[in-house]
Amino acid sequence: MSAHGAVIPPASPRERVKDRGFRGLIMVCTVAGIGMLGVLLYDVAADGFGELSWDFLTSFPSAFPDKAGIESPLMGTLWLMAVCAGFIVPVGVATAIYLEEYADRDRWWNRFIEVNIQNLAAVPSIVYGILGLAFLVRGPLELGRVVLAGGLTLGLLVLPVVIIASREAIRAVPPSIREGSMALGATQWQTIRKQVLPAAIPGIATGVILALSRAIGETAPLILVGAASFVAFNPESLDSAYTALPLQIFEWISRPQDEFKLLAAAGILVLLALLLSMNAVAIWLRNRYEQKW
Amino acid sequence: MEASQSAVRAPSGTSVLGGARRRWSEDVVKAFLIACALISILTTIGILIALLDETIAFFGDVGIVDFFTGTEWSPLFADPQFGVWPLVWGTLMTTGIALIVAVPLGLGAAIYLSEYARPRVRKTIKPILEVLAGIPTIVFGYFALTFFTPDVLQGLFGQDRIQIFNALSAGIIMGFMVLPTIASVAEDAMSAVPHALREGAYGLGASKLQVSLRVVFPAALSGIVAAAVLGASRAIGETMIVLVAAGGIANTSGNPGEPHATMASFIGQTAKGDVPTGSIGYETIFAVGTTLFLMTLAINAIAIRFVRKYRQVYE
Repeated sequence: MSAHGAVIPPASPRERVKDRGFRGLIMVCTVAGIGMLGVLLYDVAADGFGELSWDFLTSFPSAFPDKAGIESPLMGTLWLMAVCAGFIVPVGVATAIYLEEYADRDRWWNRFIEVNIQNLAAVPSIVYGILGLAFLVRGPLELGRVVLAGGLTLGLLVLPVVIIASREAIRAVPPSIREGSMALGATQWQTIRKQVLPAAIPGIATGVILALSRAIGETAPLILVGAASFVAFNPESLDSAYTALPLQIFEWISRPQDEFKLLAAAGILVLLALLLSMNAVAIWLRNRYEQKW
Repeated sequence: MEASQSAVRAPSGTSVLGGARRRWSEDVVKAFLIACALISILTTIGILIALLDETIAFFGDVGIVDFFTGTEWSPLFADPQFGVWPLVWGTLMTTGIALIVAVPLGLGAAIYLSEYARPRVRKTIKPILEVLAGIPTIVFGYFALTFFTPDVLQGLFGQDRIQIFNALSAGIIMGFMVLPTIASVAEDAMSAVPHALREGAYGLGASKLQVSLRVVFPAALSGIVAAAVLGASRAIGETMIVLVAAGGIANTSGNPGEPHATMASFIGQTAKGDVPTGSIGYETIFAVGTTLFLMTLAINAIAIRFVRKYRQVYE
């Protein structure tokens, strides 16, 4: 009998109350993550802001907290980023060009390269540290605990990020551009170099910056391939010993005295400032040069 | 369009555009590109060789059965014990705590962003979550050790229940670290559910709550499980939060208020003191690394199977 009555019953007040309650609950879930980010930033700023000064940026690490600074870790981080960028830009872009423009998807080895890159993106960062320790620092290459080994380890770690972003940027260039170029007699490589790459550069640059912003905060692999704990000099070449900002922060956190914890917080503020400005550049690039075809 | 394609493909002898002679430089470029693409393969092979080489040496000194069944881990003591279980237990405990935090919060946020939030709200919240995802883990470690443990956990439960180094704080903060990953992957899965399903449910008189939980959620289940597993695999491999906030003492106790060590934190801690090549301490890094690597692989394989089995394909 009831089946022939109201086939579509109106939402009961009880359902509405439940709906409202559920909406409130999931809004709390969303706000929890944002709130935690806010508390974290506030806590670090409150601890570290008082330590920030020009002297902090231009002094070397020291056993005396009031004299300690981050000049050598900061320079080490910049050297690492330069090596990392010098590795991931050519290798990442070349891999992306090969996979998008040359590779035949029907061949098993090309599919294997793709799956392999996805899997590499899921390997824990400390395992890359083990790779760097076994092959770059020791073993066959025997570079030692130097800038080159650290930068290459970070480069291998973030290479999948660059490849995936560059592939998307290259894929977004419409085929008609390539066809037009080839119709005018350009070879495949001329087409890629003069047409596809210039159009894809904003997307590639965004991917590279995001990869570097991940590499700059990585600490775990650097513990394995990194420098001695006390470095009071700036790196001068690729085979210099070094320390890096996250390593120095970790070193300060590990000390029991509160003064060093405050220095760690100030170091974190510098690290976060670098990170946020890199992200801002990436967002600006994306918005400024984004092309709609 | 048709004409331009046929011009490109025309036999070189008859083309008005001139002969397309093969240039050797094209082959050189292609060879260089292939060489770069092979670096990712070499990386995988390198990881396998790096891990297995020293791991085999390690199992020459320590029985493989003792390693996987032993319940005491003290490799650097005078009378060393090499049972990996305490490290696995610490890893499972911190990962479990992280998931208890991150799965409900992450899925709640995903449902809100995908089903409830207006486009403008979503456009504001997603970048903020991306910033949270980009915070270096050493920063989370600092936060757990200097704020969350003393000011929140010890304030709530007292200093006698929560030690300054403890697995609970590391696990909870790790949960916030993986929350954005879970929220973003799950939101993508829910947004991909076709609108026809939602409209059909609304047409039958369902409320938004019913549509979200009984229509969209089950339809996106494979993606949601993938999100949770991705979060788990990031938590398992996380080093710095545990190393800084959980104390690094291999411990089989079930009490999360005590210090614990995980596989990743043990590797970091041991590598910090410069261990000599070839020593048993050096080899343990690789043996534990292999165990961690296999565990991550297994979890990813389970995720892929689960997704394949339950994936719903629409149209």
